Amino acid sequence: MPGLSVWYVRTALVYLALGLTFGMLMLWHKGMPIHPALWALLPAHIEFLLLGWTLQLAFGVAFWILPRFRTKRGNVRLAWLAYALLNAGIWLVTLDPWLGRLAGWGWTGRVLEALAVIAFALHAWPRIKPPGA
Amino acid sequence: MPPLTRLFIKTALVYLALALLAGLARSLPPSEALPAFFAYLTPVYFHLFMAGWVLQLIIGVGYWMFPKHTREQPRGNEALAWAAYGLLNAGLALRVVAEPLHSLQPHPAWGWALALSAVLQWLGGMAFVANAWPRIKEH
Repeated sequence: MPGLSVWYVRTALVYLALGLTFGMLMLWHKGMPIHPALWALLPAHIEFLLLGWTLQLAFGVAFWILPRFRTKRGNVRLAWLAYALLNAGIWLVTLDPWLGRLAGWGWTGRVLEALAVIAFALHAWPRIKPPGA
Repeated sequence: MPPLTRLFIKTALVYLALALLAGLARSLPPSEALPAFFAYLTPVYFHLFMAGWVLQLIIGVGYWMFPKHTREQPRGNEALAWAAYGLLNAGLALRVVAEPLHSLQPHPAWGWALALSAVLQWLGGMAFVANAWPRIKEH
């Protein structure tokens, strides 16, 4: 597994652990109430598990396993850029309620996430090819 | 494909079918002929799909395909991997029953069942993370 995939997949595992922990707290609270403020974790629970875990794992495994050009994986800088943009975006979106919604952090975070997807698609596109091409 | 992977993937397929059935049930127009808890299936539908299908499929394939841990323990701690399967599925099954019933008619028994299902699912997820982590390595 290449170094960047290790970063992607281990970061995804951290988000899985965080997302499941938030989910566990909210579900416990639903059954045996602890504190109503726990419902504020719902957006982070969704963001961490959909983008932080599932999407990031898909990127990491795709970078590892998609066809290569002999031994090279194409434009690796774009894939690193996608990693940085995706994680910056996830944290901006997640922290938006605490940073102040009017400042536009959440919107900025969504833009960074979209740019991450574009960067990864640009990296992966040439690797989707027939054998030997 | 190792036996535990086959079990994870086949269980995931069952959850996928159940998720789609739950999605159908929650979208039916209200009727006295339908069980009342159908109206409370939305969270169950999402979690059957995301935890039962997506997460479980990933865990099963990851257990099979991630880089080998060591020559002696290629897939890490097998007992931990089996624990992840048991805990995740026990927690999810308990949730599927307890959550709509608790929403329909709150009762301490359903409340404690939900709390227990939360802990079981969390422990299952953590067991997977702990077992997968050392296998995610550069080579």
